[in-house]
Amino acid sequence: MATKRNAIGILMGVELVLNGANVNLVAFSHYTTLGIDGQIYSLFVIVLAAAEAAVALAIALNFYNNHLTIDVDRANRLKG
Amino acid sequence: MVGETLIPTLLTIAWLLPLLGFAVEMLYGRKGERTTTKWPAWCAVACIGTGFLCSLIALLTWGQATGWAVLESHDLHGPDQHHSEDDPHHHGDSPKHQASTNESGWQMTALTATENSDDAEHVPFPSVYSGTLYTLGVFGSLVVSIDYYIDSLTLVMFTMVTLIATCIHLFAMGYMSDELTNEYVDHFAHTSDGKHVHRPGRFYRFFAYMSLFCFSMLGLVLAGNIFQVFVFWELVGICSYLLIGFYTERKSAGDAANKAFIMNRIGDFGFLIGLMVVWTWFGTFQFSELFDSLPRDATGHIVTNDLGEVAVSTHSGESRSIPYSLLVVAGLGVFAGCIGKSAQFPLQTWLPDAMEGPTPVSALVHSATMVAAGVYLVGRFYPMFVPEVLLTIAYIGAITLFLAATIAVVATDIKRVLAYSTISQLGYMMLGLGVFGWAAGLFHLITHAFFKSLMFLCSGSVIHGCHHEQEMPKMGGLMRKMPITAGTMLIGVIAISGLAVPGLIAFSGYHSKDAIVATALAFIQANPAHFLLFLLPLLTAGITAFYMFRLWFYTFFGEPRDQHIYDHAHESPWIMTAPLLVLAVFAAGCAIGGEKGMLYMMLLGSEPVHVANGVPAATVGELVLPGHSAIHDVHAKAGMWALLAAISGTLLAYVLYGTKTVNLSDMKRQLAGIHQFLSEKWYFDELYHALFMKPVHQVAALFAWIDRTMIDRVVHASAGLMVKISKWDRFFDETFVDGLVNLIARATFSSGILLKAVQTGRLRQYVMFIVVGVVALFAVLFTTFPN
Repeated sequence: MATKRNAIGILMGVELVLNGANVNLVAFSHYTTLGIDGQIYSLFVIVLAAAEAAVALAIALNFYNNHLTIDVDRANRLKG
Repeated sequence: MVGETLIPTLLTIAWLLPLLGFAVEMLYGRKGERTTTKWPAWCAVACIGTGFLCSLIALLTWGQATGWAVLESHDLHGPDQHHSEDDPHHHGDSPKHQASTNESGWQMTALTATENSDDAEHVPFPSVYSGTLYTLGVFGSLVVSIDYYIDSLTLVMFTMVTLIATCIHLFAMGYMSDELTNEYVDHFAHTSDGKHVHRPGRFYRFFAYMSLFCFSMLGLVLAGNIFQVFVFWELVGICSYLLIGFYTERKSAGDAANKAFIMNRIGDFGFLIGLMVVWTWFGTFQFSELFDSLPRDATGHIVTNDLGEVAVSTHSGESRSIPYSLLVVAGLGVFAGCIGKSAQFPLQTWLPDAMEGPTPVSALVHSATMVAAGVYLVGRFYPMFVPEVLLTIAYIGAITLFLAATIAVVATDIKRVLAYSTISQLGYMMLGLGVFGWAAGLFHLITHAFFKSLMFLCSGSVIHGCHHEQEMPKMGGLMRKMPITAGTMLIGVIAISGLAVPGLIAFSGYHSKDAIVATALAFIQANPAHFLLFLLPLLTAGITAFYMFRLWFYTFFGEPRDQHIYDHAHESPWIMTAPLLVLAVFAAGCAIGGEKGMLYMMLLGSEPVHVANGVPAATVGELVLPGHSAIHDVHAKAGMWALLAAISGTLLAYVLYGTKTVNLSDMKRQLAGIHQFLSEKWYFDELYHALFMKPVHQVAALFAWIDRTMIDRVVHASAGLMVKISKWDRFFDETFVDGLVNLIARATFSSGILLKAVQTGRLRQYVMFIVVGVVALFAVLFTTFPN
């Protein structure tokens, strides 16, 4: 994710990170005394990921509309 | 009786119509100004003209309702008022009266009705309509209301005022027509860079003010209580102020307006004192209640008890004793108001200056109506005046008439001559009233109104024709250029001079002046100590004839003195000459029949009852007030004397100004002292300047000095202290408060600069930071908590 310049690639990387975190949550919850808390958390994360994907795709689309590219290195106008 | 409701209604309509006219002209006048149409003038004329018709109908209704008994009262007995209604001759005349709109017409017929009467004995005639139109407020026992008090005096005044006002409005439509422009150039007013003042014309405003004045004047005449009189008294005062200062751009006009108003305030202060006395001691302002409250015995004395107090019964039924001196104070107080309004000595100086207003204003306000309001009020309030007050009135009138006449002899401004003549004639009226000639004084008021407004309009016509030249020495020979003006002016001059061929032809002034002089003669025969009260008016009758004919000869007779003005002079248009002709008819004929004529008899009908028989000896003092019979006895003699004086004055004027036998400038040089004294108006302006204005200025200078040296110093010191404290405060603010705030801001700013470097805007770098951060976090976590 950190090496991609393609916005869609980054988006897919973010999804992978989130899914990795989900796997961790579910797996580690097996070894704790917290019951199904890990699974519940992973559900939250899935919902969040869905929302994030919607917003992020919209951003990517608008970015493309404005710059005719999805190279995120071109999105540097907000630097201080 | 039909008159009881009809007459007040008609007069109220006549009274309120000009107010309506004023409102319309004020609200919509500006539109007329832009299009420069004459409709505001026609609106004003319509209002006042309708008012005249209403007054005339009211007058005729009144005569009808009383069966013209007033005119025949000397034949009849008091209670038998309706006798004349049975008179077939008179009854047959009545429709003709009603149909005729020309006043002179019915005066002629009225004359025939009175010709066969021979004895001028007065019969009290109960013909007063009084009532309340509207109650404004009730404060305890004080009732402030709009009342009416209508007797034949009111009706005659209404008809006179509305008729003259209609004529003058018509005249003014021509005279003021140069205001009908958006670019009026005032040749008498200059801007600071020495150019003439240019301004939009104010045609509509002139007529609005005139309408407001008519409303106020008619309200004053109609008023049924002394408080209401006071209110309208002030209203005519403010109208006079507005009209004198009509040419506001001229400094002289503004000064004159102020002078008139302030001089009137002095008199009105006395009026207020009189009102207070009346209210405190009589508890009412109503004429009808006041006049009945003073107790009189059979001879007309006011009855006093041993303590010198007068027992009056107030309208609420209780009786109380009033110190006699308070009656004197009340009378003198009200008379002080009349002194101011009628420009009597010592407040006479404002009237000549008031000539700064347009000439129609001088004719209407400052000769015929407003200044006569003082005389009218003296006549209206007559029953409340005790003999001491009447004597004061007589002396004030005598001084005024002589003083003003002498000044008029040397004045050269045509309007100022007429102004002084007005003051002098008002003096005659006051004198007449003061020496117990009630009807004589008011008779002169009416006749004077006609001939003086006529003469003012003539002078206006001359001024209009000569392009605003008012100096008589530059005129002369104008008779050939403006024959109508010259002719009507001559009628006015003859009328005011009192010239006549006795028994054959006599203009109005002859009759009324005769009546006053005769009353004065009867008065001094009864009181020889007051001989001046006869000598002064007699002498002044001659002076009057002299200065009036001087004016006429100067202006219209002989050779032109200033060829340029003469060449450009022209007769005025018909709208200005027609009112002259109408007024000339009245100036000549309104007093036809003299003391047996219609007008005098009408006035006599309202005469206070106690005047007729005279009062033999006053309770306090040793005055004897003459009755009708005493006056009648000396009438022929007094008339002869007055006529002689007038003829000699006329002849002298003819010799001096009509022929060229005497070198005027030589004479002026020989009499330089007197000439100087008179043309400086007896130094009254200088006297008042030294007596009142200079002390005020000096006191003001003293206070200014105290202000500057003491009060200002304290104020300045405290101000300096405040400045020092503020400086310290500023230092503290700037260094400490501002320093702290700036420090925080600077710290925030520099940390922002530092952090700025991190925000590169490169997304992948941010992700790297996150990864590095997470790794670092885990590293720290695991090194800190190894288990």
